[in-house]
Amino acid sequence: MSTSSTSLPAVRFSNVSKHFGDVKAVDNVSTDILDGEFFSMLGPSGSGKTTCLRLIAGFEMPTSGSIQLHGQEVSGLPPYERDVNTVFQDYALFPHMSVGENIAYGLMIKNAPKAEREKRADDMLEMVRLPGFAKRRPSQLSGGQRQRVALARALINRPRVLLLDEPLGALDLKLRQQMQIELKAIQKQVGITFIFVTHDQEEALTMSDRIAVFNHGRIEQIGSPAEIYEHPQTAFVAGFVGVSNLITGEAASAITGSPATFSIRPEKIHLCEAGAAVSDGECFADGCIREVVYLGVNTRYAVALNGGGDLTVVQQNLESTSMDVLGAQGRSVRLVWRREHNRVISSQ
Amino acid sequence: MRSKPRDTQSASLGLRAAALFALLFLHIPLALILLYTLTVEETAFTFPLPGVTTKWFPETWSRFVGECAPPIVSSVLSEECRTDLWNALTLSLTVATIATAIALVLGTLTALAVSGSKFFGRETISFLVVLPIALPGIVTGIALRSTLGLLDIPFSFWTIVIGHATFCIVTVYNNVIARLRRTSGSLIEASMDLGANTFQTFRHVVLPNVATALLAGGMLAFALSFDEVIVTAFTAGQQNTLPIWIFSQLVRPRDRPVTNVVAVFVIAITTIPILLAHRLTSRDQL
Amino acid sequence: MATTSSTRPGLLRRLSTFLFLHPTLSLILLLAPPLLWLGVIYLGSLFALLVQSFFRLDDFSGKIVRDFSLTNYLQLTSRANIDIIARTAGMATAVTLACGLIAFPLAYYIARYAAPRAKGFLYLAVLLPLWSSYLVRVYSWKLILAKEGIISWVVEKLGLTPALDAILQTPIIGGPSLSFSMLGMFFVFVYIWLPYMILPIQAALERIPKSLIEAAGDLGARPGETFRTVILPLAFPGVVAGSIFTFSLTLGDYIIPSIIGNSSFLIGAVVLAHQGTSGNVPLAAAFTVVPMIIMGVYLSIAKRLGAFDAL
Repeated sequence: MSTSSTSLPAVRFSNVSKHFGDVKAVDNVSTDILDGEFFSMLGPSGSGKTTCLRLIAGFEMPTSGSIQLHGQEVSGLPPYERDVNTVFQDYALFPHMSVGENIAYGLMIKNAPKAEREKRADDMLEMVRLPGFAKRRPSQLSGGQRQRVALARALINRPRVLLLDEPLGALDLKLRQQMQIELKAIQKQVGITFIFVTHDQEEALTMSDRIAVFNHGRIEQIGSPAEIYEHPQTAFVAGFVGVSNLITGEAASAITGSPATFSIRPEKIHLCEAGAAVSDGECFADGCIREVVYLGVNTRYAVALNGGGDLTVVQQNLESTSMDVLGAQGRSVRLVWRREHNRVISSQ
Repeated sequence: MRSKPRDTQSASLGLRAAALFALLFLHIPLALILLYTLTVEETAFTFPLPGVTTKWFPETWSRFVGECAPPIVSSVLSEECRTDLWNALTLSLTVATIATAIALVLGTLTALAVSGSKFFGRETISFLVVLPIALPGIVTGIALRSTLGLLDIPFSFWTIVIGHATFCIVTVYNNVIARLRRTSGSLIEASMDLGANTFQTFRHVVLPNVATALLAGGMLAFALSFDEVIVTAFTAGQQNTLPIWIFSQLVRPRDRPVTNVVAVFVIAITTIPILLAHRLTSRDQL
Repeated sequence: MATTSSTRPGLLRRLSTFLFLHPTLSLILLLAPPLLWLGVIYLGSLFALLVQSFFRLDDFSGKIVRDFSLTNYLQLTSRANIDIIARTAGMATAVTLACGLIAFPLAYYIARYAAPRAKGFLYLAVLLPLWSSYLVRVYSWKLILAKEGIISWVVEKLGLTPALDAILQTPIIGGPSLSFSMLGMFFVFVYIWLPYMILPIQAALERIPKSLIEAAGDLGARPGETFRTVILPLAFPGVVAGSIFTFSLTLGDYIIPSIIGNSSFLIGAVVLAHQGTSGNVPLAAAFTVVPMIIMGVYLSIAKRLGAFDAL
């Protein structure tokens, strides 16, 4: 193969749009996905992230713009001519084939000898930690096992890019967290580009090297998980990734002296006695606790500010018990936080 | 476990009686034919049977195979040497086979097109497929006949086949489209994603998944064609399919005992494919 | 690793790619054979039938005159023909009502009371008659309705023979015997089309979520009230869907009238007589337009009642 390909981005979107009738599912997206990275597309349903994935896979053709895979223009190529494989949301395991036949499907299509097919299918099963499952039927597997088979099937062709369409969506919480770690480990092991579509911000933050946050067919922000979480550039990103308080207008002026909208994460705010001292470099706001939700590990307070608006505050239950925190409702408090945690949101 | 609504526990006596009545109403008449195959009477349907005999079974059998003395001089049809039933049966079987084959191809193509994409006019096509059995059979029959007349096409084996294939398409279509709807669309995408082109995908993924639905649709089409009389009467000309033979016996009864046995035979031959088709597709109906 | 093995897979692959990139063309290729068959052969025939209904039969020569006239449609409005049409519509209505009454309890039992195994068995018990030989099923009634048959025997054993004779002497529904009367035809129609009524009603009843019935009970409705206010309205589209079958099939049938009855009774038999014995195909064609119009009206009403969701 060519030697210069490593320096090229795995996927390059140049002004890509995809319209379904009047709906702009993808609206003029341009971005590069680097070779070997774990890239997540995060956004609510209908934000265009899945359409982007399908454009890369070749199930949809862009209305305009161009898509390159490792420098090669693929806009006119059908899925079977692209060096890309997909793990589907519903796994799409062939019900009439055994697990082994499912995994070896790509090799069968390439007319690989039967012995090689079986050998490599067994290797893949080993990798996804399902050794000895080759003879079973997909219907005999649990959700988590199907997910692993789908992964093995997509990886056996040794694609240069693996697309994952909300593959963990159907699993329960414990299994999902376990699979997040495994997926990341497998990606490190095989060293290929993973493009991961999800609406779960925690999942994206856990696994990704970089995240693109989608909204209304556009990318709102691209960055590392820390950048996305700590420096949201738009109100949408601030609200979608984690929980954020958005403070606007007069309430913002009262706190910072400037009417510019800013966001502040609930866990950055200290809940103090009314009239508590405030040191340099700190912001504060006074209010009274409107609502208390006890969440076990921590407690969430909704505080009605005297200057108008609500702030959500999350405090760890380090020493407090449920009795203490639930008794706090109606109490006057002062909220204090460090000024540098304020994120001014660019107005759009 | 106690969350079931009360009415699943037991039905009222009146409801049970009414349901039982409907069930008996549906099945007693067919049981009666079975009973009448044993009657000794040749010209009436007296109940209770005046006497019991099994001689009509061999008698009917001879009408199928034509066990008779002069095998060569067949121009003279003697009473003892008629294979009219055999001729009708083979005609019916051949027509049903060819009509089913045509319906399988056309029904599958339509189902693939309708399920594969959302195009303008999908509803119209579904409607068009159903129309030949939704419209009264006599309309289809007389329409085909008058067209044949207008175009001066003589009645033949093929005019029967054309009529049958037309109304058999829907059974194949319905079965295949039900299966395709149940089959996740991402299976086809997964296959192409893994390197299979359209034809390979059809062969390795689509066909195996719809195979039993095709079989079921084909068997129902066969049963439908094998039994059809309303349209056939208009497109058959002088030829007798088995149902037309029975029909002529009903209008002008000549061989009542033989007709009884043939009726039982027809029930048996249509029931088997229906039961098989039901087994093959029972999951689609859920 | 490029395609080297042979040219044929390469060709197929290129064809596949071409079709993939031209979905509309693929669709046209898929649809062309069935559309040609149904569109040309079937719709073409229906159209030809419509055209023929405007031709007329020359009374003297007995030949069909191929020019446009409304003669046949005028003939349809004659007293005798109006009677036939009214009789057919009346029969179809009566059969539909009777089917609904007999079908509902069984459908209701299957949908709501039968245990899973019994349900499968009962479903088959309804499905089998639907698909099994139509002619044989008609024939079975020839045995039942015969003068010397089982009904007469039962009636006689019950001592009701005079009552049966009185019914048979009633004009319109009566006749020389049960096997040659409107009443007999009515029985056979109900018997033959009953499964077509049971299945849609059952399907509609199956679709009613259990929670709705529980909710009604929870809100204080007694079982009878739940049935009337929740189950019946939700099952009604199923009844209408079933009635489309029973009504349409009765309108267009000619086998039953020609076996159990008189060929001048119903539209189907009259059409058959016109096109067969008298060779008046144009009039027969005009007659077939009648059930199509009736069904058109019926379907548009049914659509408004939501019957198509229940099919």
